[in-house]
Amino acid sequence: MATNQEEVKLLGSVKSPFVCRVHIVLKLKGIEFEFVDENLANKSDQLLKYNPVYKKVPVFVHNDKPISESLVILEYIDETWKQNPILPSDPYHRALARFWSKFIDDKIVAASVKVVHSVGDEKEREKNVEESIEALQILENELKDKFFGGEEIGIVDIAAVFIAFWLPVIQDITGLKMLTAEKFPKLYNWSQEFLNHPIVKENIPPRDPLFAIYKAYYDSLIASK
Amino acid sequence: MADEVILLDFWLSPFGSRIRIALAEKGIKYEYIEEDLRKNKSSLLLQMNPVHKKIPVLIHNGKPIAESLIAVQYIDEVWNDKSPLLPSDPYERSHARFWADYVDKKIYEVGRKLYTKKGEEQEAGKKELIEVFKLLEQELGDKTYFGGDKLGFVDIAFIPFYTWFKTYETFGNINIEKECPKILSWAKRCIKIESVSKSLPDQDKVYDFIVEIRKKLGIE
Repeated sequence: MATNQEEVKLLGSVKSPFVCRVHIVLKLKGIEFEFVDENLANKSDQLLKYNPVYKKVPVFVHNDKPISESLVILEYIDETWKQNPILPSDPYHRALARFWSKFIDDKIVAASVKVVHSVGDEKEREKNVEESIEALQILENELKDKFFGGEEIGIVDIAAVFIAFWLPVIQDITGLKMLTAEKFPKLYNWSQEFLNHPIVKENIPPRDPLFAIYKAYYDSLIASK
Repeated sequence: MADEVILLDFWLSPFGSRIRIALAEKGIKYEYIEEDLRKNKSSLLLQMNPVHKKIPVLIHNGKPIAESLIAVQYIDEVWNDKSPLLPSDPYERSHARFWADYVDKKIYEVGRKLYTKKGEEQEAGKKELIEVFKLLEQELGDKTYFGGDKLGFVDIAFIPFYTWFKTYETFGNINIEKECPKILSWAKRCIKIESVSKSLPDQDKVYDFIVEIRKKLGIE
């Protein structure tokens, strides 16, 4: 246990939903760490050294050993610090948890990014909104308990912080409605429960500055079209 | 306890091949069901993978697992008494997952551009694919396999694409051996392993299939 308390660093940016995932898990497990705030417009030498392949955040560094890709980081943290596990112990349920986490990345995050960037192209945008809604419907159908992880939050819930917190910001900025209480009551309720979870609520970024950053980015996209 | 293991697959699929290799490495007996992707999707496929409706799907005692790398990890965790596919050390495991994910993100989609696109898009695809292979070559370094002394998770993720090299080289007009000789020698070491060679389709058959696909899509 002593070796686990050595140097733990998280290179990230407050506006990133992927960094937020790692942040939440570290707090959930009570792991002390140093947060290195990266300016993504001017990446540090440290970031480029630790993540030469993608040059992105989050990068998790444990005793000088770096790991990139948020879902890979989450599994490493869960295997290294066993308290408050975020993955089930049974192999089949672990496979399902991995499947749904990947689904969130591949289908929901990806579609939302496309929705934002297709501003100006109505047809393309409509297609991306539909894809987003289809994916949300699949997730809505999948939700059976209070959380995806059951009674407690797990890796899928944490991966879905994008849906609970970032997607509503995107919706407010673009004026598009994808996740609504009417269309997806279970998912909407889940998002409220999740955002009120004692650990989550303390570890999501303040909404107004996040909104301002994303709005400025969106306005610049519109101006460039 | 009789285990029922079924693999719903398509002979050409590099993703299906990964699962075949993992099952063979562990000596697991299974039923192979070929899904004919030229026909309408079977009711079994739609039932077992309703989310993506894609092969491969591993079915263990009636429970389906989709996504090849997830299925390979599942196999490693359930049949954990022999031939470990992932390292035991958490950091090494994260390293293996990172590179397997990299292979997943880059090779199939980029490789496709070489045989489905022309002009600038194809050129960009060629350049990117060589960059990807070179980065993997760097990661391999002087190791026998990505997994070290034995075949591991990254080797399993990557080796099925060896059967696509002829396709990439012919349509993309690239020479993978010249650009990345270590990747070729690694691949040749891998296919000497029985669980790999018996799990992969023939390179020429893959090429012929793609020739047919291109005709159907009207790419000349």
